[in-house]
Amino acid sequence: MSDASAPTLLQSLSPGHQPTVEENIERGEIDRSTRLPVLAFFTTSIIWLLIGTVFAMISSFKLHSPEFLGDVSWLTFGRVRPAHLNTVIFGWASTAGIGVTIWLMARLCRTRLRHPRMLLVACGVWNLGLVIGTLGILGGDSTSIEWLEFPGYSTPLLFVGYALVGIWGVIMFRFRAPGHVYVSQWYLIAALFWFPWLYGSVQLLLIVHPVQGSIQAIVNWWFAHNVLGLWFTPMGLAAAYYFIPKVIGKPVHSYYLSALGFWSLALFYNWNGAHHLIGGPVPTWVVSASIVASFMMFIPVTVVAINHHMTMRGKFHLLATSPTLRFIVFGAMCYTLVSFQGSLMAFRSYSKVYHFTQLTIAHAHLGMYAFFTMVMFGSMYYIVPRLVGCEWRSATLIKLHFWACFYGVILMMLALHIGGFLQGLGLNDPNKSFEMITNSTIPYLIGRSLSGILLTIAHFVFAYHFVLMLLRLGRPQGEATLFTTPALSTAHDKTEPAAL
Amino acid sequence: MNRLPTLFIGILFTFAFAWVGLVVMPYAQIGRLQPEVNADTGDVFPPTPSGLAEAGQKVYAANGCVYCHSQQIRPEDAGSDLARGWGSRRTVPRDYIRQSKVFLGTMRTGPDLSDAGFRFPDAKWHHLHMYNPRSLNAYSIMPSFKYLYITRKIVGQKSEDALDLKGDDAPPAGYEVVPSEDAKALAAYLISLNRRYPLKEAPEK
Repeated sequence: MSDASAPTLLQSLSPGHQPTVEENIERGEIDRSTRLPVLAFFTTSIIWLLIGTVFAMISSFKLHSPEFLGDVSWLTFGRVRPAHLNTVIFGWASTAGIGVTIWLMARLCRTRLRHPRMLLVACGVWNLGLVIGTLGILGGDSTSIEWLEFPGYSTPLLFVGYALVGIWGVIMFRFRAPGHVYVSQWYLIAALFWFPWLYGSVQLLLIVHPVQGSIQAIVNWWFAHNVLGLWFTPMGLAAAYYFIPKVIGKPVHSYYLSALGFWSLALFYNWNGAHHLIGGPVPTWVVSASIVASFMMFIPVTVVAINHHMTMRGKFHLLATSPTLRFIVFGAMCYTLVSFQGSLMAFRSYSKVYHFTQLTIAHAHLGMYAFFTMVMFGSMYYIVPRLVGCEWRSATLIKLHFWACFYGVILMMLALHIGGFLQGLGLNDPNKSFEMITNSTIPYLIGRSLSGILLTIAHFVFAYHFVLMLLRLGRPQGEATLFTTPALSTAHDKTEPAAL
Repeated sequence: MNRLPTLFIGILFTFAFAWVGLVVMPYAQIGRLQPEVNADTGDVFPPTPSGLAEAGQKVYAANGCVYCHSQQIRPEDAGSDLARGWGSRRTVPRDYIRQSKVFLGTMRTGPDLSDAGFRFPDAKWHHLHMYNPRSLNAYSIMPSFKYLYITRKIVGQKSEDALDLKGDDAPPAGYEVVPSEDAKALAAYLISLNRRYPLKEAPEK
């Protein structure tokens, strides 16, 4: 195919563009070439999601019923909580994100996936590292460095597993079809490059050869904040930038806003980490620099929000129809919300209340769950049918998944925000005894456990549905499984439902 | 954006910029602090922790105490840490240079422990508290760490280390509960957390 006739992505996304038979065949072949590696990453990520959910429920119950499973060393709160964090961050979110990244890279490079075996090895090594690391935490080898609890003997495996994916990404990019490099790819390339630098740095500076004193805390939070902003956020935004236009059949609103959003994120997010150390034993200028950068985050976040909103304008009715769109738009909205909240939380006056309380936990879940995890669910609803050759079996199961997540998130946010706020006010009042503060948070911690039950239901429903797809027990291919039949009002909509 | 070198250099530069700012610069500034020596008395601050306390720090990490207890005292304008009596002055970078692992923490489900050794200097108190926190504070939601203690038959004399347990926690007649090596190390570590020494950069309030 010559350059002139090769479809650019803008063409492919253009509402007026009718894909030719050749293009459809080519896209089908690219999708099929990604099948084994992407399904390997998806399957293992969902297993980790379930494991992480169980750890979450145990930790949550222990906070209001401390004797629950209390006599077993490997199930004590201080081990189950980091086991939850690490299984959902590395086991679920990273693994799912890598799966989505692989699929997006193949589609956006418009070339068949090369070296699938390299990715399968990567998946195996990565998961081996996760298993050893999780058992290490439960067995009492946790480093107790937040977001980096996996013991030093498991992390090299994670690094090697990841490095294979990174090298694969470079190879794919090298052999991409000529044409425009789409905004999703900028984010993916950046994430693939940033993660090893982040992870390698902190492993050396905190585990292999720890730096002195409270610098450990600065390095720790530089990592823990950047792993959100420079690893999960780019993968989540890459998926949102791809699937929103794809599903509604309309190009991204503004190329320039996309570029502005990307570069301002790259410039400012990097600097945010030390706002976790306000008032702490570190140089004040480090904290102040992070507060300024956190405030500057209003730029990339507002820009991305406007860009997505303007892209969606006139198409919001499709939220009633497309599962992918509903999950991803919900996630994208929560991205705006969590980022604005994060910028405000960096102010010293806000920090005085939220610091050291459940509000931090609320904020983390708004980002990692309501934004990132929901975007991953949405992406999987789009990708999996194209890999296994059948459609999702039941729209009802998808609805159940979505609404259990939706109400679970709302309940968790209410419980942790109110409980955390009361806790923060209490801690600031030296006349309030610790007994009063503890007692005031208990009802909200119980509320959080209830929200966890809803999320647990959602995850098991999704996992069951996914297994049906792996067993090819879905509906025959042809018409996508949608919540409702889309209203076919305009001529161009008639050409697009297949993409839903 | 099709010019890949531009994309790549931008990705590299933005990251390196903050990496230098938040990792390299603080290291250059406070990465090699020395303890303060009092010229008159020859005392060294902060003092060197004992080997047992160093071992206890590993038990502290293994059991995730940091998820509920911070170890930092903020200045008066940043919170009520001082007003609560959790310390006598703010903590500063020099306070942490003798700890091989620093646990500043991000959550206060329990109180701050920067000065735990000053406020609770008695190992016996720590053992009773860790064995069953609710025997001392009925409202506490701290986990009990009974698995760090050994219930054994009394042979000859009752051990000096035996916990003075009452009520439901009391062992059956002829038995005693003693701390394991890990429990002893953890108590020593908690007692070593004591910031009641002067530093030039952080005068006492």
